[in-house]
Amino acid sequence: MSDSALLARFDDSTPTQAQLRVSALLEAIHAAAIEGVRNLHPAFRSLLVVYDTRMWTPQGLLQRLDEAGGRADPLPKPAKTLVLPVCSSSGFAPGLVEVCAAAGLERVAAIRLFTAATYQVAFLGFAPGFPYLLGLPPELAVPRLARPRTHIPAGSVGIAGGQAGIYPADTPGGWQIIGRTPFRLFDLGREPMSLLNTGDEVRFVVIEEARYQELSQW
Amino acid sequence: MVTTIEVLTPGMQTTVQDLGRPGYGHLGVSACGAADALALRLGNLLAGNAEGAAALEMTLLGGRFRFNGPAACVLAGADFAAKLDGVPVELWTPTSILAGQTLALGGSITGARSYVCFAGGLMVGPSLGSCSTHIPSGIGGRPLLKGDVLSIREQVRNLHPVHRETIEALRSASDVLRVTDSAQTSDFTEQSLANLYSLAWSVQSDSNRMGVRLVGVLLEAPMQGSMTTEGAPLGAIQVTPSGEPVILFVDHQTTGGYPKIGCVISADHWRIGQLRPRQTVRFLRVSFEEARQLLLEQEALINPEALFE
Repeated sequence: MSDSALLARFDDSTPTQAQLRVSALLEAIHAAAIEGVRNLHPAFRSLLVVYDTRMWTPQGLLQRLDEAGGRADPLPKPAKTLVLPVCSSSGFAPGLVEVCAAAGLERVAAIRLFTAATYQVAFLGFAPGFPYLLGLPPELAVPRLARPRTHIPAGSVGIAGGQAGIYPADTPGGWQIIGRTPFRLFDLGREPMSLLNTGDEVRFVVIEEARYQELSQW
Repeated sequence: MVTTIEVLTPGMQTTVQDLGRPGYGHLGVSACGAADALALRLGNLLAGNAEGAAALEMTLLGGRFRFNGPAACVLAGADFAAKLDGVPVELWTPTSILAGQTLALGGSITGARSYVCFAGGLMVGPSLGSCSTHIPSGIGGRPLLKGDVLSIREQVRNLHPVHRETIEALRSASDVLRVTDSAQTSDFTEQSLANLYSLAWSVQSDSNRMGVRLVGVLLEAPMQGSMTTEGAPLGAIQVTPSGEPVILFVDHQTTGGYPKIGCVISADHWRIGQLRPRQTVRFLRVSFEEARQLLLEQEALINPEALFE
């Protein structure tokens, strides 16, 4: 991947199996506390291992990672289910028009399709506490924006390329935004810091703008 | 008695930085850290600090700071024409400051980032093990504002004269960034790779600590917007569907969905932090073995024996 990062890929398994294997390898590497492993970036089907190039050759680290992760035997853990309120008023959903056009759906139908599904947190990435969600109905799969937006407000629910996710803080981003949740996704002063964690199940319920404002008060 | 400094003017974007916040990538937390980590490390060593002590990072335009007590500092990185009560201050040189004096940094003359490493280091409470300011998430605070007051830890070691040749060897000027292949390099066309490595690229002015945008020709991006998201390392050169290369920089996201044509080598990461808007830059393709060797050679010079006379 780079002179200081290796990418472990699980291309051949189903999305759910791949996610279990990524989580298992991540936990195995954390447990092994390998000196010189600086950071781990999980994703749908891969785990990026960022390391100190001064301490490891790629071959040496690969062997050490194999030892650490070789016995990983992933079993699904009991899932926690969270229900997130989401408001899709036009000001909160700048990408909904494009998504509807691409999917050939009316606004109400698109939202109904989105909220009828149950999602699974595949991993946290991109930004602190940003959950990548599996389970988006294929009808709603749309490409990323060709040029990312410079400002996406915290709580925005986005979809792109068969994935769904929620922006925990105001950031630039390239996903189509179809609604916004008033819930705080990431808080340094909370344990755990992230509201959603790998393996959790998520459902969305539609709320009106007035309810959104009420819920954002606290 | 703790010395404090008051921010009279903050400059364009002045933040507290150390060597970053690795270890929380699995929560989506960026490793962050100094944009020119080499300058920060050298400045800290010259100031008698541990190489990762918290310091001030300034971008393109520096700030003015008033000291309410005695202090010492080393200016590292780009030359911002710094003055202490109107008297020019040399880069890479331990400088004593008296109570009541004002340190003023101007606009950058060469490069983009300058560091003020205070002897003792800045006294800042860490977030997730680091004092670095991650601007997009607000972890570690925000850029400094007029009126902010910072404290300096007590100086622990004496300052020594510096071996200039070592600094010069480490900080040679170059408009070339060396690059290894990355995860999607082989998915790009030969023409795109030839363009990347033969053209001069111009740094766009909306570049920041998250990413450095480049203009040259448009590269043909494979997998048009439908790649499966994967982990992305510092220095990765992503190509957006519109064909623009973007170098992921210190505040970058942990994962991304744009294909990576290459990755800037670790030994050259500091050079990314010194790129100025509209400056041109070229890329040179090297192997992973060369990249590691270049880093080891650089690291051999970053220690007190090599740095002090």
